[in-house]
Amino acid sequence: MPEGGIVASPLLEVRDLVKHFPIRRGLFGRAGARVHAVDGVSLAIGHGETLGLVGESGCGKSTVGKVILRLIEPTSGTIALDGRDITTLDTGAMRAVRQQMQVVFQDPYSSLNPRMTAGEIVGEPFINYAIGTGAERAEKVAALFRRVGLRAEQMARYPHEFSGGQRQRLGIARALALGPRLIIGDEPVSALDVSVQAQVINLMMDLQEEYGLSYLFIAHDLAVVEHISHRVAVMYLGKIVEVAPKRTLFATPGHPYTEALLASVPLPKPRARRKRVTLRGDVPSPVSPPSGCRFHTRCPYAVARCAQEEPLLREIAPGQQVACHLR
Amino acid sequence: MATPVDAAPLLAVEGLRTSFVDEGVALHAVDGLSFSVGRGETLCIVGESGCGKSVSALSVMRLLPPPPACRVEGSVRLDGREILALSEAEMRSIRGNTISMIFQEPMTSLNPVVTIGYQIAEAVRQHEGRSWAEGYARALEMLRLVRIPEAESRLKQYPHQLSGGMRQRVMIAMALACRPKVLLADEPTTALDVTIQAQILELMRELQEETGTAIVLITHDLGVVAEMARRVVVMYAGRKVEEATVDDLFDRPAHPYTVGLMGSIPQLGSSVEEGAARRRLAEIPGIVPSLRAMPSGCAFAPRCPLATERCRAEMPPLEERRPGHRSACWHWERAAEAIHA
Amino acid sequence: MTDIAALPADAAVAGPSRFAFSRILRRHPTMLVGGVILVVMAVVSLLAPWLAPYDPIELNVVDRLRPPDEDYLLGTDAYGRDMLSRLLYGGRVSLAVGLCVAAFSTVLGLLIGVVAGYYRLADALLMRVMDGLMAIPGILLAIALMTVTRASIEVVIVAITIPEIPRVVRLVRAVVLSIREQTYVQAAVAIGTRFPRLLRKHILPNTLAPLVVQATYIFAHAVLVEAYLSFLGVGTPPEIPSWGNVIAEGRLYVQIAFWQVLFPGIALALMVLSINLLGDGLRDLLDPRLSRRA
Repeated sequence: MPEGGIVASPLLEVRDLVKHFPIRRGLFGRAGARVHAVDGVSLAIGHGETLGLVGESGCGKSTVGKVILRLIEPTSGTIALDGRDITTLDTGAMRAVRQQMQVVFQDPYSSLNPRMTAGEIVGEPFINYAIGTGAERAEKVAALFRRVGLRAEQMARYPHEFSGGQRQRLGIARALALGPRLIIGDEPVSALDVSVQAQVINLMMDLQEEYGLSYLFIAHDLAVVEHISHRVAVMYLGKIVEVAPKRTLFATPGHPYTEALLASVPLPKPRARRKRVTLRGDVPSPVSPPSGCRFHTRCPYAVARCAQEEPLLREIAPGQQVACHLR
Repeated sequence: MATPVDAAPLLAVEGLRTSFVDEGVALHAVDGLSFSVGRGETLCIVGESGCGKSVSALSVMRLLPPPPACRVEGSVRLDGREILALSEAEMRSIRGNTISMIFQEPMTSLNPVVTIGYQIAEAVRQHEGRSWAEGYARALEMLRLVRIPEAESRLKQYPHQLSGGMRQRVMIAMALACRPKVLLADEPTTALDVTIQAQILELMRELQEETGTAIVLITHDLGVVAEMARRVVVMYAGRKVEEATVDDLFDRPAHPYTVGLMGSIPQLGSSVEEGAARRRLAEIPGIVPSLRAMPSGCAFAPRCPLATERCRAEMPPLEERRPGHRSACWHWERAAEAIHA
Repeated sequence: MTDIAALPADAAVAGPSRFAFSRILRRHPTMLVGGVILVVMAVVSLLAPWLAPYDPIELNVVDRLRPPDEDYLLGTDAYGRDMLSRLLYGGRVSLAVGLCVAAFSTVLGLLIGVVAGYYRLADALLMRVMDGLMAIPGILLAIALMTVTRASIEVVIVAITIPEIPRVVRLVRAVVLSIREQTYVQAAVAIGTRFPRLLRKHILPNTLAPLVVQATYIFAHAVLVEAYLSFLGVGTPPEIPSWGNVIAEGRLYVQIAFWQVLFPGIALALMVLSINLLGDGLRDLLDPRLSRRA
């Protein structure tokens, strides 16, 4: 398993990814203001590796996932899967790539078509790529059902007849169908109750071992990300501020924002009174992000330089890259 | 010791039972729930979705639809006064005044077409019979109390102009404007980011120290429980299965469900303590039973690794197993073993 | 790995299907009433050639303006034509116009709406055209069409259909726009679903429920509009007995022969009411939020 921060021959490599959403006013309105959802993100994921991507709502982490999947077109930057640039592939060529790269969404209620049966949903990838005969497909779907802990008899049921955890298992089965090498999990366990969340996390980790999958695991729950990831990247307002092997990141966070995030999580230990770095204020608007370091408006250590000059990611320890002037 | 400071609790709920009628069948969303909170105390009610924790709060606030759709039985005493027997008019004068509630989603409980200053002032005016000027003065004071920057200009803003964290602060300001004795908070920070959650939790603690409000905090997050509670009630399938002081609960949980919950949450800092190798989480297999198909014995038995014939046949009573520590389990002494590999 | 499915407790097992007949009877009795009335009226109208006691257009001056009696159950009109027979045949016109208008406007509206909902450029253009169509009063359009062509039922159908199309287009476009944003559509793209299948399996089926409901309202509206166009003399040609025509002819004699207006009026009201009841019931039945309120 890769321990360092730099992956030698990555399965997925993203460079300088930018996604700006124009804010349109009216039909012919001038597209002046733009939401800087993702602003120069680079990351790499090795074979069989899980990269956790954390950040607060609106930091652009879900957009990163969707752009990598080409569900949203990037404004600029490159996405390479197994060394091949997929940034500008047309719809047809992209379809072929999709077999390698799948997604599990957060909301187990809206990510399944309510008018298709569970079996149709999980079997749809086979139809799309004309894999197998009808009977073979049914057998494959049944096998997928069993693999994610559902019963094959449940294939004829509709999504609303399943519980939240079971629906998330359906989403995972659908993502597994084509035998992908990379699965992007967009907050895949955030909507689930804790006891069910543990079931789904365990399932995802088991599947990773079994099939050698790589994960981009997008979440806001730091404990969950720490549990499932090998390396973790922290995003703030469209930029990655720190990326490191998880042990390094959680033991010696390099960026003040990472530090504040870790200190904000309430621990299930009643007597663990910690030093609190309560951040002031709210996340600034991504329409007009602050100058210099985007975190300087909330940073307890900010100095004059932080407001003027943008810090770049630098390696401060083996595998640990931090974007901060003060490290 | 585990007993609250005050002899007479501010809010005492006794044998609360809330039923919804669906196609002629009464479903008990809450069944036989009892708890009490004293002045300046925080009680946490913890459980997963569908365990009845929110319905309990709505029952106490009398915010559920009237019979026959829904029935609330038992006793709810607020400052010594039975409120389940009050008329709707009497209840209105208490709600937001002696007892208030904050909800998970602030946007649904703030009126979108009225400024936040007006909303707070209106509540003060109605409950305390004060003038508009006094109401606005109180509103300003409350916004400052909940640490909203530029409070004066915020008074004239509408809810949609505020961020999620700010809205939740406004909700708290509104809930506290009439200086309630009891505050029910239903997942007040679940919709917020962790850094904002930390601010709000800290604010609630500080305000409690200043005002002595008794808080009933409903949450699914054991981290929030550990941080906020003095005593904890664990609910499962509409019933209280365990109650203890927060230290007792985390040190010596006496119900397999509590043990399972604690085992199934990933721990922050686990990689630092255990190394980079990844381990499996403990699972609670299966899902919460439906209200329509409650098991006959202990409701947790189908998911419990300790379950025996007795558990499936006979519902365990909620009894004091250690001083101040109550558990509804036949095998409470072995509860710590209740971890699924 | 513990097998979640092997456990008996399964909170998500749904009750009987919401489309089960007994459930519809219990939860939506008005829908059932509407449906039964409509079916009865439809069957009776379709069987008019066999059920009608007289020829609906044969003049019989001897028996003119007869009040209801045992020979003429609903009386006769100023030309001695049997009211019952005319009403039975008139029902065929109403049903034909209603069905055709509902079918044409739904199909055309669906096509245009999907295109508008999917292609940004076409959207701007199509929606302006639709706004223009909506601004034309239906009666003016009917009068204009009648003056340039010969009056016929086909022209009536066209005249009523055109102003209905924009309503359907707006509905379909709004629904398609919201479905496009649903995660399951993104998920379908991610698993390599091609556009035609995306449309057929994911977008259209989820558009259909509100569309079916809308179609029933269009049906009811078309029946009414046909009647008032005919009443004003710009609808169904007078030689064909339609309810609007019957009322139009009867209004001259309403003071001495009320039945000429009353009975077709009742028939019209009953048909519109029954279709609306059916539509309301369908709306509740197909809306998961309303039917889940269990």
